[in-house]
Amino acid sequence: MDIELITNILYATIRTGTPLLLVALGEIICEKSGVLNLGQEGMMLLGAVAGFIAMYHSDSFLIGFGAAALTGVLISLAFAFIALHLNASQVAAGLALTILATGLSAFIGADYEGKTVTALPSLTIDGLAAIPVIGKALFAQDAIVYLSWILVIAAYLFFKHHRAGLAVRAVGENPSVASNLGLPVMSIRYIAVMFGGALAGIAGAYLSLAYTPLWTENMTAGRGWIALALVVFASWRVERVVLGAYLFGFASIMHLVAQGLGLSVDGNLLAMMPYVATLVVLILLSRNPQKLRLFEPMYLAKPWHKGH
Amino acid sequence: MKKVMKKLALALSLGVGVNAGLMTTSAHAAQESVKVGFVYVSPTGEAGWTYTHDEARLYLEEKFGDKVTTSFVENVAEGADAQRVITQMAKSGHDLIFTTSFGYMNPTIKVAKRFPKVKFEHATGYKRAKNVGTYFDRIYEARYLTGVIAGHMSKSNTVGYIGAFPIPEVVRGINAFTLGLKSVKPDAKVKVVWVNSWFDPGKEREAADSLIDQGADVITQHTDSPAPLQAAEAAGIYAIGYHSDMSEYGKNAHLTAAVHNWKEFYAKRVAQVLDGSWQSEDVWQGMDANMTQLAPLSDAIPPEVQAKIQLLSAQIAEGKLHPFTGPMVNQQGQQILAKGEVMDDNALRKMDYYVAGVEGKLK
Repeated sequence: MDIELITNILYATIRTGTPLLLVALGEIICEKSGVLNLGQEGMMLLGAVAGFIAMYHSDSFLIGFGAAALTGVLISLAFAFIALHLNASQVAAGLALTILATGLSAFIGADYEGKTVTALPSLTIDGLAAIPVIGKALFAQDAIVYLSWILVIAAYLFFKHHRAGLAVRAVGENPSVASNLGLPVMSIRYIAVMFGGALAGIAGAYLSLAYTPLWTENMTAGRGWIALALVVFASWRVERVVLGAYLFGFASIMHLVAQGLGLSVDGNLLAMMPYVATLVVLILLSRNPQKLRLFEPMYLAKPWHKGH
Repeated sequence: MKKVMKKLALALSLGVGVNAGLMTTSAHAAQESVKVGFVYVSPTGEAGWTYTHDEARLYLEEKFGDKVTTSFVENVAEGADAQRVITQMAKSGHDLIFTTSFGYMNPTIKVAKRFPKVKFEHATGYKRAKNVGTYFDRIYEARYLTGVIAGHMSKSNTVGYIGAFPIPEVVRGINAFTLGLKSVKPDAKVKVVWVNSWFDPGKEREAADSLIDQGADVITQHTDSPAPLQAAEAAGIYAIGYHSDMSEYGKNAHLTAAVHNWKEFYAKRVAQVLDGSWQSEDVWQGMDANMTQLAPLSDAIPPEVQAKIQLLSAQIAEGKLHPFTGPMVNQQGQQILAKGEVMDDNALRKMDYYVAGVEGKLK
């Protein structure tokens, strides 16, 4: 393998991992507040179609990604209302959200099927991008990749050092106690869900505006579900979700690169790797139930109402 | 056997005439008009497999005018869903139904049994019945020509091929392409990457990028989305599309595409239903019947190469040139065809090995 190939693999790894990173980060924030939203795949699809249509007519990436984020927020509000306000099962409401949003995205996007837009350009930082091996991966990406890094750092600092971050975690660990302490449990959960929706929307639009600049039905092809596994893989830690997303990206690139290199490894075996890694992490975590309990928000997916 | 069939048909038509009072009196009578249904596996969109079928559907409406009404259902999942949709179509008075995906084969056969008066045409399948015909085009002929073009356009002598699933239909295309490529550049090689999906734009993009990273300067595909074209356009290399003209997805990258053309075939079958001569057949035609075509050639292809492609196309159409003509050796160096020997259809249908020049392992 020559240097240039390695450079390109790293570059592709980051690009492939970016939509996963964005959705998974949104889901972590959502789950930290104790809400399990299985609607990621659907929200991504709606984000992809909304972003695409907005971009198609406005020719502005800002409007495209803005529309995608807004769509994610709106549809996640519908979920929040059913799951939080009406106290429906979060699992059922999330699944329903995905089914609804998948159909809705196909319906909305019917007239745009197979159309294309110009791709989100790369923002290359001239001097730094020339650094061997890592330069292209780190300094020749597009705006959304850089945004994802900013969001990761912000989320990390938020949960580690900010009072509001602690409040979100407290709500996820025990909403009743948090409520007694005077925290607005419902508002915090609503905001967390909406944030997850916005990131899922942007992740979807990343596919339809940057990665493969076109709209076609079901174009997320299961990436929203992978992101849900990633959250468990990362054991609800922001810094680990970065590792996980890029690991998934790397594995999904490598199984294609290996075929091209003629390595005698079965492609299907390599395609399996990220899932195997998730299983291994789950097994390692569950060997120590104490530890697992420390990571997973205690009240994840449990309905709660004031005075409960 | 024929006698029995005739009697059976007569009995059937009498039975129908008596008890249901339907307008049709015989299975083979001419009709005033035809209602034609189409079952699609993906959205009609602006390019791709389903797009080519819908192009032909629109052609039917244009050609036959009032004599034909068409309807279609898109995005029908293979399996139980397909059976439901096909049944609904048969029930709602369609005379002729085109089911356009391999996975519709068993549902089509099942529904056809229950509706013996409705005629079915199943694309890419191998199971037939008295009222179910099958059809496909010899797309490998166009593949061979695109291989010749790739041979003239590649400078790195490495060409990338994105495959969906390692089944004979796809492998045949890879081999035909490789034979065309090597007829120009004996040292050139084809790198194959399987994505294990007919349609996943993201994965196809990743596959295209990985091939480009490994030195391919022309890529082609046996998958449905235009994502590889976009990847080639972004990387400034050439690409060859599939199913339909994909030039709008890569204005500079697109050299040509291996294209299906169902228009005349569909028109012929509709005309046969109209005049009562329709019979179940297995149709596998190519450039001779204009069922397989090349999309318009890009200006990037030098005029002398374009002329050569015209000549080769004519030779294939006239039956003078068969892409699978010996001497031909497989990847392991074993001889498959002796010099001058032409592969028969049976061997073509079962192809499960790579020819020499393809990189990577099939099994």
